[in-house]
Amino acid sequence: MSRIGWIRIAVLVIAIGLLEFCCRVGLIDHRVVIPPSQMADALIALLISGQANDQIVRTFGIVILAALISVVAGFALGLVIHALPRVRQSLDPFFATYYAVPIFIFYPVLIVIFGLSVVPIVLMGVATAIVAMIIATLNGLDRVPQVLTKVARVHRMGTIATALLLKLPAAAPHLFTGVKLAVSYAFIGVIASEFILAPAGLGRVISDAYSDFNNRQMYALMLLLIIVATAVNMALHVVDQRWAERRGIAKP
Amino acid sequence: MIASKRAADTAIILIVLLLIWQALHQLVGATALPGPVPTLAYFAKLVPSGRFAENAWATLVCFFYALILSYGIGLAIGLWMGIHRLSGAVGEPILISLYTLPKVTLYPVVLLIFGLSLSGRVTFGAMHGVLPVALLTMGAIRDIPPVYLKSARTLHLSRWQTILTVLFPATLPEVVAGLRIGFTLTLLGVLLAEMFAAKQGLGFLIINAMQLLQAEEMMTVAVVLFAFAALANALLLWIEHRLHRRV
Repeated sequence: MSRIGWIRIAVLVIAIGLLEFCCRVGLIDHRVVIPPSQMADALIALLISGQANDQIVRTFGIVILAALISVVAGFALGLVIHALPRVRQSLDPFFATYYAVPIFIFYPVLIVIFGLSVVPIVLMGVATAIVAMIIATLNGLDRVPQVLTKVARVHRMGTIATALLLKLPAAAPHLFTGVKLAVSYAFIGVIASEFILAPAGLGRVISDAYSDFNNRQMYALMLLLIIVATAVNMALHVVDQRWAERRGIAKP
Repeated sequence: MIASKRAADTAIILIVLLLIWQALHQLVGATALPGPVPTLAYFAKLVPSGRFAENAWATLVCFFYALILSYGIGLAIGLWMGIHRLSGAVGEPILISLYTLPKVTLYPVVLLIFGLSLSGRVTFGAMHGVLPVALLTMGAIRDIPPVYLKSARTLHLSRWQTILTVLFPATLPEVVAGLRIGFTLTLLGVLLAEMFAAKQGLGFLIINAMQLLQAEEMMTVAVVLFAFAALANALLLWIEHRLHRRV
C-alpha cells in the first residue's frame, strides 16, 4: 500500500481510538455515544442472535429492488429520450433542477396514496435513483461512435437489437457511473424513508431503538448500515475506476 | 433567443407536470391527492395564515444557520485540503465515503447530543452541506494552472494575498457550483430533520398534515418548498454560468 494509504488508515484508527478513549474515561456520556468497541460487540451479538435478520433482509431487499428498477427503467427511458432530440432538449431544465428539489417532501404524499406499506418506500428509492441513471445513459449514448450505428444499419438490425447488442455495450463504461449513483442513491432514498415513517425495516428499528433509549441496538445497526454502505460504495467506485480506465479518461 | 427557448421548455415541463398531477388526482381520488386547482385555492388560504408564516420562518432560520455552518466549515476544509496536498490526498476518499453515506442514519446521534432543539436540526442540515462544498472547493484549488501560483510567488505575494487575489478569483466558478449543491443538500437535511422529529417548521407541517389526513395542506407545503428550491437553484446556476463565461 502507498504511504498515503497508510496515513489514511492511521488517521481513521486514531479517530476511532480517540472516540473510544473519550467514551471510556467519561468525557462522552455513554447515554449519548457508546464506545466503538461496544458498538462492534453489540453488532456481532445481534447478528449471531439473528433477531434483526428479517429487518436486514427486508431493507437490503428493497434497496436492491429499487436500484434494479432504476437501472433498467432508467436505461430504457434514456434510450427513448435520446432518440427524441426535441424532447430531450425540453427536459434539460428538468434534469438540471431534479436533484435540487428535496423530493422527500413528497414521501408523505405517497404514503397517503399507497398506504403505509413497502410501495411508497420502493417508489422513493426509485425516485431518488432513476434520474441519475437516465442522465448517465444520455451521456453514454452521446459518446457511442457514429460508425457503430452505421454498422447496425448495414446489418439491418432492428431498434431493440441495436439498443441491446450495440448501444448497451458501447455505452457501458458510462452506464456504470449511472449504476453506481443509482445504487448509492437508492440506498439513501430507502433508508431515509424508513426513518421518517415505515411499518418495518432497519431505519424503523433504529428510530425505535432511539425512542426506547436502546443505545446498544441503535449503534449496532447504525454501524451495520455504515459498514455496508461504505463497502458497497467502495466496491462500485473501484469497478467504476476500472471502466473509466477502459474509456481512457481515468486519472493515473 | 436561447433564453426565450429555455423559458418555453421550462413552461412545457411545468404544464406536463401539472397534467400528470391532475391525471394522478383523477386516478387516486381527491382525499389522497387533491388536484392542482384545489391546492392553489388552499395555497391562497394557507399562506396568509399565521401558522404558515410561523413554520416557514422556523425553517428559514434553521436553514440560514445551517447554511452558514456548511459554507464556513466546507470552505475552510476545502481550502486547507486544496492547498496542503498531503491532507487532500489522505482526506479525499474519506470525505467521498462520508458524502455517499445515508446521513439520516446518524440523526439519532445528533438528537442524543443536542436533544430536540434548533441546534440539532442546524447540525444535521450542515452535515449534509459541508461535504460537497469541501470536495468541490478542494478540486477547484487543485486544478488551478500551476503558472498562476508561480506568478504569485514571483510577485512575492503573502499567503493571504495569494488566497485573496489568485486562488479566490481563479476558483470562483467551481466554488459557486459547490455552494449550489451545498445549498440544496443543506435544505434537504433541515427538512429531513424536521420531518423526523420536530414540533415546528415546514417539514413538520407536512408530516403533521399527513397524520391528520389533510392532503391539501400537505401538497401545498410540498409545492411551496419545490418552488423555493427550484428557483434558488436556477438563480445559483445562472450566477455559475455567468462566472464561467467571465473566466
